[in-house]
Amino acid sequence: MPTLLEVSGVSVTFDGYKAIRNLSFQIGESEMRAIIGPNGAGKTTFMDIVTGKTKPDEGRVIWGEKSINLLKMNEARIAQAGIGRKFQRPTVFEDQTVHANLLMALKNPRASFSCLFYKPSFKDLGRVEQLASEVGLSDALMRTSGELSHGQKQWLEIGMLLAQEPRLLLVDEPAAGMTLAEREHTTDLLKEAAKTRAVVVVEHDMEFVRRLECKVTVLHEGSVLAEGSLDHVTANPKVIEVYLGR
Amino acid sequence: MRRSFIARNPSILVFLACLALFTLAITLMSEATGAGLISTSFVKTLGKTLCLCLVAVAMDIVWGYCGILSLGHFAFFGLGGYMVGMWLMYARTEIIVAGSLANSPIPPTPGEITDAIGSQIFGVVGSSDFPPIWYFAHSFWAQMALVVIVPGILALVFGWLAFRSRVTGVYLSILTQAMTLALSLYLFQNESGLRGNNGLSGLQNLPGVKAGQDDISMWFFWGSAFALALGYLVCAWVVSGKFGSVVRGIRDDEARVRFLGYSVEGYKLFIFTFTAIIAAIAGALYYPQAGIINPGEVAPIASIYLAVWVAIGGRGRLYGAVIGAALVSLVSTWFTGGGVPSIPLGFYTIDWVDWWLVLLGLSFVLVTLFAPKGIGGLVDLITDRIAPNRHGADYGPDKGALREGEGRK
Repeated sequence: MPTLLEVSGVSVTFDGYKAIRNLSFQIGESEMRAIIGPNGAGKTTFMDIVTGKTKPDEGRVIWGEKSINLLKMNEARIAQAGIGRKFQRPTVFEDQTVHANLLMALKNPRASFSCLFYKPSFKDLGRVEQLASEVGLSDALMRTSGELSHGQKQWLEIGMLLAQEPRLLLVDEPAAGMTLAEREHTTDLLKEAAKTRAVVVVEHDMEFVRRLECKVTVLHEGSVLAEGSLDHVTANPKVIEVYLGR
Repeated sequence: MRRSFIARNPSILVFLACLALFTLAITLMSEATGAGLISTSFVKTLGKTLCLCLVAVAMDIVWGYCGILSLGHFAFFGLGGYMVGMWLMYARTEIIVAGSLANSPIPPTPGEITDAIGSQIFGVVGSSDFPPIWYFAHSFWAQMALVVIVPGILALVFGWLAFRSRVTGVYLSILTQAMTLALSLYLFQNESGLRGNNGLSGLQNLPGVKAGQDDISMWFFWGSAFALALGYLVCAWVVSGKFGSVVRGIRDDEARVRFLGYSVEGYKLFIFTFTAIIAAIAGALYYPQAGIINPGEVAPIASIYLAVWVAIGGRGRLYGAVIGAALVSLVSTWFTGGGVPSIPLGFYTIDWVDWWLVLLGLSFVLVTLFAPKGIGGLVDLITDRIAPNRHGADYGPDKGALREGEGRK
């Protein structure tokens, strides 16, 4: 499988604290990967680096067939290149309807003038409805997203991510604060998405990770401690010591 | 699912109908075209108020919709006024000078006329030469283009510098205040070429027009009403649809908009420049009715008033800005014009000319604390808009984000 994203030798320091040290990571084109690790292992910082929010002190982040250097691009350009991100806390535009949220995320020209004169085509409207039904929000299309439940907001955000048609999805703790039924729905959504694109899930919850049935990367103190199937890494004594043993 | 633009925003029709009725009523009551129930100076006050409503609409776009608390939009308003004032002064002085020189034994050369205009205009600051910035003042069309170009370019350059460094929130507000202060101080200097603290005067006289002030005041009143209607429509259109979604997204959570792939800086720059141009056009209509413009008009306090109007009227809804600007500026005229009787307390007399600002400040604080929707929120009583219950949470993490009380369910 060709590599989609390659992170190599990345380090970043915040006020003398090394959040990421010499981290290397690769993911293929349609692969699901879970990243686990204790608090402060650098999971969110890793996502910040890939999406352009944080610039690393050293290292390389290479993207796609053309081996584009992501470190030279800003957040918006990285998102346009095909990296979508879901935050830990559900972040949707709460003042606006589910429909408006999805329409905004839909893959279309992002420049201000093309947005100003944008008229939603039947294809776009159909796509919005299709996405809404995928994430189970068909009945809520015209509701203000601020009044959705926590789980629904999470799904709306996943729907927005899918609407962007990214080639890589970065998902930060999607199951946090969800009920069991909601978790199962979320797992299905992510597994479905991973059939056509790469998905990286950062998660604390072992049960959730187990249900994803994918390769796992364990982070500790800003670098990779172990990598492999969930059973493989949970049998690793170092992993047990730093993470599972607690 | 997609209805027409007007059908989706019924408030636009209501607003335009109200404005048309108001314009008609004033037309029928004025001295020039109607029964003469209201004085020409009051028609001018109302015309000026319409211009203030237009700049408030612009302020609402930049603050209420995009979350940028700009405390500098009155600088663009003033610049628009200066640009139109330069042509008005030049053209009128030219007619007077040409008239007086025509009686001289030798016909004057064009150069002599220009010199005479120069000494007429700049005599008050001890100069008689035209500064380079007056290069286009003789041409009506060039100077009208400058009404849009000069404030537009200032906003574009300032905005580009500020937004690309990702200055946001209160720091951006301070920066815009600094810009306004700098512009005001610059204009106060005689060397600025705009007659220092004398400003430009006699702007109420239209060169080459025989009609009296009664008629001219009506023309400007109609022009201001038309500009407000058009500006309101364009602004409402800009913030509807996907562009509006993105702009409101920037107000509530600009980081999220960035991760959706939108260039937040580009959008902010668009909104900042667009509203600066609207402010400039409003200013260009205002100052011929005021008759005079001086650097005091561009002082930082004016831009703060603008934010106060929008806050009192109701942020994030365009008619709210209009209501706020109209009400506060008219009431302000009434209070500061000595229209309100003083209150003798025995030991002290409350003179409203002095105490009006205290009253205004107090109402601003009260509205912000207890009625975040402002006066425009009263409209919700007759529509089906219900206040949300978000347990006090704002609509997003950013400083300018919609607050709970401002939202709709």
